[in-house]
Amino acid sequence: MSTPSPTIVSAVRLRKSYGSQRVVDDISFSIRRGEFCGMLGPNGAGKTTTLRMLVGSTPSSSGELTVLGRRIPAEARAMRARIGVVPQADNLDPDFTVVENLRVYGRYFGLGRRAIEDRIPELLKLAALEDKAGFRINQLSGGMKRRLSIARALINRPELLILDEPTTGLDPQIRQNIWHLLRQLQQEGLTLILTTHYMDEAERLCGRIILMDHGRILADQTPQSLVRDHIEPHVLEVHGEAVNAWRAAHPLTGPIRCERLADTWYYYGADLEAMVKSLDAWSGLRYSYRPANLEDVFLKLTGRELRDG
Amino acid sequence: MVDRLWRWLAVWRRNALVWRKSAKTALLGGFAEPVFYLMALGYGLGSFIGQVQGVSYIGFLTAGILSTSAMNSATFEGLYLAYTRMEVLKTWDAMLAAPLSVADVVIGEVLWMGTKSVISAGLILLVAWCFGLSHGWLSLAVVPVVFLAGLCFGSMALVFMSFARSYDFFVYYISLGITPLVLLSGVFFPLEALPEPVRLITSWLPLQPVVQIVRPLVADTWDWGILKLLAVPTGYAAVALAIAIRRFNRRLMH
Repeated sequence: MSTPSPTIVSAVRLRKSYGSQRVVDDISFSIRRGEFCGMLGPNGAGKTTTLRMLVGSTPSSSGELTVLGRRIPAEARAMRARIGVVPQADNLDPDFTVVENLRVYGRYFGLGRRAIEDRIPELLKLAALEDKAGFRINQLSGGMKRRLSIARALINRPELLILDEPTTGLDPQIRQNIWHLLRQLQQEGLTLILTTHYMDEAERLCGRIILMDHGRILADQTPQSLVRDHIEPHVLEVHGEAVNAWRAAHPLTGPIRCERLADTWYYYGADLEAMVKSLDAWSGLRYSYRPANLEDVFLKLTGRELRDG
Repeated sequence: MVDRLWRWLAVWRRNALVWRKSAKTALLGGFAEPVFYLMALGYGLGSFIGQVQGVSYIGFLTAGILSTSAMNSATFEGLYLAYTRMEVLKTWDAMLAAPLSVADVVIGEVLWMGTKSVISAGLILLVAWCFGLSHGWLSLAVVPVVFLAGLCFGSMALVFMSFARSYDFFVYYISLGITPLVLLSGVFFPLEALPEPVRLITSWLPLQPVVQIVRPLVADTWDWGILKLLAVPTGYAAVALAIAIRRFNRRLMH
């Protein structure tokens, strides 16, 4: 039997309140070395606050938190010397070139000149920015900036990388590119935690999903088991002018769950073949029939109402 | 301590590198404006005034302009530029994600503000030397004094900035704080011209003591009273720095 990998993050009954509002409400979890953990949840679920507590940017109201064996927030600075943080919005220094950004950031970690200068070429290569070394930040594309932000967070060879919505607002091609980079980092043994509200991102990258809402953890398991445990295997989405007529003509039979969101009807079940066949006769309908995914689980567990702000 | 020093220095060096990139424009601006003031007021107004406190008016004015310039550069840095780094560029967030604390960032910033004061006041001292308005080794003692002034005014500006939600807010500080301070601190005319109560008030504000310290030094004379006067900017610097650290801890670590 192999010994379990060491614990990188341990949170016990962690809570954060602003006034009477509990933003994070008694959550407990631990993350082991080498895991790629995604934190999912709608706006206001408490993901970002959890991350901020993790890096020591905000003290918890109660509970115990250790990261890399350091008590947080008391020993947060010593811990931060061993982690990397990629913020939601790039905060690269626009006055500096790519290399200067890395160099100046390395100094914040107290790294010596030699250590920094040795590390820079490795990071440029990793981020595929070798030929952009002398470029200023405003000469870089959105994807290059993101890669540089990630590279910068690796200047101190961290044991844990924390990313807050790393691909929000990026093109599909660039997102693929960032995913590739992150997978590569995990293969090299890095532990990663990211928040996202892209389900496909979480499904592709993360070996483990912590699904949060209203400050609590709703589920904490692999994406595959999350889909298996919480939702029917197949989904049929139907919309179009004739949808009501079609519904009247084909009443539901068997164990099929049905939900409506705006003008679209969702059917969940193990066997929807008969329903799909019935659609062929209706020309005024559009539909998609697919295996259930993380997004379906997400919507089921967190509800379908809009969350703005 | 050494440990802290590198952290402060890392912040300082970041700002110094940004400054160096636009040093030519910065130096020109820092040089030209006070020179125009000095020449126009000093020679222009000075031709009507003649001697003040035993020196030419332009000689009298040099110390005032030099002190004001030290205050202004630290103030501008502490309000507009520090706010930009904190709120717009999020440079502070990046630093705080590294092993730096809020206190490290604030102290590094304030040390940089002291440096900015030395740069701008140093330029004026250079001009004064070139025009024969100042001479002697003692005038070099101005450098640590304006550094202290920079720490003091920089910290004070940061305290005010910690309440800011936009750039507009800084107008209050400049118009209601800095401008009257310049006019009432013996920069342009001797304090004796002011009513006693005003003099008393401004002697407890940091600019007047700085001017009083700098004036004899620029004229290459030593006065033991200088040491006592240093207490005022030192006190303001210490208290303002402590408040600034507290304020930013609250604002950024909520």
